[in-house]
Amino acid sequence: MIEQQTVTIKVCLGTAGRASGGADVLSIFQKLIQLNGIEAQIDKKCSYTKVGCRGFCSKDVLVDVIINDQKVTYQSVKPTMVEKIVTEHILKGEPVADWLTKEDYESFQTKQHKIVLGPCGEIDPESIDDYLGMKGYRAAEKAISKMRRDEVIKKVIQSGLRGRGGSGFSTGTKWEICKSQADSTKYIICNVGEVNRPLAEGNPHAIIEGLLIGGYAIGSEKGFIYIRERYHLSVERLRLAITQAKDKGFIGRNIFGTDFCFDIEFSFGTEAFICGEETALMESIEGKRAMPRVRPPFPVQKGLWGKPTVINNAETFSNIPLIIGKGARWFSSIGTKESTGTKVFTLSGKVKNVGLVEIPMGMPFRDIVYGIGGGMESGVALKAVQVGGPSGGLIPASMLDMGLDYENLSKLGSIVGSGGMVVFNEDDCIVSITKFFMEFLQRESCGKCPPCRIGTKRMLELLTKITEGRAEYNDLATLERLSGLMKTSSLCGLGRTASNPFITGLNHFRDEYLAHVREKKCPAGVCTALITFSIVEDRCKGCTLCKKVCPAGAVSGEVKKPHRIDAAACIKCGACFKACKFKAIKKQ
Amino acid sequence: MSNDREKQKTVRLRINSQVIDVPEGRTILEAAKEIGIYIPALCNHPMISQSGACRVCIVEVNGTPVTSCTTLVEKDMEVITNSPYIEDLRRDTIDLILSDHPYDCMVCQKTGECELQELAYSYNIRKPLFSGERRIYDKKDGNRFIERDMEKCILCGRCVKICDEVQGVGAIDFAYKGFGTKVCPPFERDLDCEFCGQCVMACPTGALVGRDWIGKGRYWKIREVDTTCSYCGVGCSITLHVKNNEIIRVSSRPDSVVNKGLLCVKGRFGYGFISSPDRLKQPLIRKDGRLKAASWEEALDFAADKLKKIKEAHGPDAITGLSSARCTTEENYLFQKFMRAAVGTNNVDHCARL
Ligand SMILES: Cc1cc2nc3c(=O)[nH]c(=O)nc-3n(C[C@H](O)[C@H](O)[C@H](O)COP(=O)(O)O)c2cc1C
Repeated sequence: MIEQQTVTIKVCLGTAGRASGGADVLSIFQKLIQLNGIEAQIDKKCSYTKVGCRGFCSKDVLVDVIINDQKVTYQSVKPTMVEKIVTEHILKGEPVADWLTKEDYESFQTKQHKIVLGPCGEIDPESIDDYLGMKGYRAAEKAISKMRRDEVIKKVIQSGLRGRGGSGFSTGTKWEICKSQADSTKYIICNVGEVNRPLAEGNPHAIIEGLLIGGYAIGSEKGFIYIRERYHLSVERLRLAITQAKDKGFIGRNIFGTDFCFDIEFSFGTEAFICGEETALMESIEGKRAMPRVRPPFPVQKGLWGKPTVINNAETFSNIPLIIGKGARWFSSIGTKESTGTKVFTLSGKVKNVGLVEIPMGMPFRDIVYGIGGGMESGVALKAVQVGGPSGGLIPASMLDMGLDYENLSKLGSIVGSGGMVVFNEDDCIVSITKFFMEFLQRESCGKCPPCRIGTKRMLELLTKITEGRAEYNDLATLERLSGLMKTSSLCGLGRTASNPFITGLNHFRDEYLAHVREKKCPAGVCTALITFSIVEDRCKGCTLCKKVCPAGAVSGEVKKPHRIDAAACIKCGACFKACKFKAIKKQ
Repeated sequence: MSNDREKQKTVRLRINSQVIDVPEGRTILEAAKEIGIYIPALCNHPMISQSGACRVCIVEVNGTPVTSCTTLVEKDMEVITNSPYIEDLRRDTIDLILSDHPYDCMVCQKTGECELQELAYSYNIRKPLFSGERRIYDKKDGNRFIERDMEKCILCGRCVKICDEVQGVGAIDFAYKGFGTKVCPPFERDLDCEFCGQCVMACPTGALVGRDWIGKGRYWKIREVDTTCSYCGVGCSITLHVKNNEIIRVSSRPDSVVNKGLLCVKGRFGYGFISSPDRLKQPLIRKDGRLKAASWEEALDFAADKLKKIKEAHGPDAITGLSSARCTTEENYLFQKFMRAAVGTNNVDHCARL
């Protein structure tokens, strides 16, 4: 008889995993293993875990098959593939080599430094026992039953942790100021943004534990989780986690036998970018329209319902149990001196590997793009990296060796922001990119203050003018002037940062702006109003392909004779350009 | 009063190199006003909470621009209200607001008392630098009293706040977002509220004006007559705007003792009866089924005679007296005295009790 084996199957059931059919994959695994009586037949002990996101969503469904600690990962698993994996791998012990993850997955994963994302993809986010199994809630227990409030805060200050939600303010200092306020009622809010969804879906208890410790540290008995209602899976798993934590007595009255009581409530946001801004968020919790308040007073002084309030990002909270558990020194050994720890980003754009990544602070942009990202997709050279979401700055290729941390980003005219990171290549037009982001920002302006409400609109109009070849040199000066006004005079961060893409773009890609404005040309060939397609006669073989793909009937010509494009009829879709095998179509 | 002042803690700060002592808790805007330094502001209003929305009142505090309507005075603050840097920022914000404004001052009811027009004038913004699309709203609000021209609205929020915080009604709020943000009643229905017109009073531009005011005469063409509203015993101070011996509008001064400039729908908009041809100007007595003009003597004799006859035939309790809230307290006192002493009944009541 063969020795008993343990088989563990982990199926990614984050949002992308579910969307790719992960739930079916998991149930077919269970069904086939039971149907075949595998446990009895070869005496294997099987367990199944639904895990959170590993960040490499383009290859979902990702499935780990672990037999006696031997782990392999399958990628792009479809329900139809399960049977073969069961019969060949689990029964015969021969992994299906073709379906395993490749080098890209390895380099994507191994070059990261996962501390908050670590458990996502390993543990079952719906099981508190899994979390407890990795020392979950020990940090809370230690903080609440063995440490004084100021000791907890001191430790967070020592760790150097700074807010992961955008501003990068010292988390410990924020807590300290709030704790020192005279009012005895205090609130603590967890701000769950888009980029935090994998955390909430993959390891919700860490967020809850961080919030709990924060509540204890500042002397608050009431925490709120503010999240968009649409993030269904995040809400579901956080809700379940709270219920489980309540059952265990981690939330409620007299926690860990102390006199500390803490409760957590949900508050739901709607589809508005501004709902993430802390003061607008508090208005929203109070049942009002989400429009930011002026500062001062700051939320730590007068926040929710006028009470001292700490508001932190969900990733910030996820770091707290680690800092209390493993120590401030351990934490500050990761990253740089001023920017400690790690930061989660959504890497996207023209790189080979896109997905959710966690990097140590200070990692050079180059290593992120060429290491984790696996380099540029389709061989076109990198032009710029944009960090921080729609109001992040554009970082040119020449500065890729700078390390990504709060200081450098600020030097580069960018922000950590929402944790977005988009890689652009030489085929992308800087003006169009900037216009795209401005389109979003002007739509999302809350409308309260004129510099943002009207300023973003005017900026969009001017950028549109540039992309359409209607701009004059003066318009650049007007844009700069508007940017300056919005930066200093807007009420909140949305307006204050909205001009970042433009300012950094103009700084680093001035020639590209000038080409649009002066020569009415788009060097990247993106702005349709500024490009024309024509056929180079001596290259054209008369294959007729361009004529076939043209949706506007703008191409004419006979077989084996050079074709022509009628400029008046051409809608500049670029279909002919892409289709031509002889590089006979010129884009100018 | 002065004793209170002395007890209050003061802080010493500098505004445009003028050293002043101001009671704690004041805003920079208030402190500057006290020493005669004018800071323009479009969303600020003394009756409502400050939102810092319009960004026009910014000043430099120790080198950093802040809104003076929301920033409290602090010890040793260095405030500069008029540096070229600040004036440029202010100018540009006003310019942006104007770039989305109809620029039809020639026909605007508000001309002459419009706060935005005043700023355009003092910053000499004949044509905005930041021009572009303007909001166009075709649908107009069909309510009876208030003309709401949302193309002229600068979204300062005064109307929203005064309706909510002062009147306690909350008939309007911001809707939509971005450039399309708009103040309106729920679902953009026609306004259907108390029509107190507090919003109209607070509006800095021509976005909200009395419907009946339009075309009747502008601010500087009228004679103002201060009087007391005759609608009820509260006795609000009102100011009649008179042109060619016709009352074309009613307002109230912000420093009026009883009502601090606030009015109700009747006081503010119910002045039409004054020059109405239907208005009752002399007593009428019905004879042979038709109302005929009579003298006061005749009318009073007639009423007294009838009351006497009723009392003789059915006793005093067959008569009841209802008095009006439009009478003063003294008049109401006299009325009940008359009913009790002259008529001899306790049947006396008052409309305000209903
Ligand atoms: C327009 C705008 C949107 C924002 N959205 C988010 C968000 O989605 N999540 C978040 O945590 N912070 C967001 N912030 C930042 C918050 O205002 C706040 O600084 C943050 O939640 C504080 O937490 P931290 O100190 O942990 O970073 C946003 C800020 C602005 C100006």
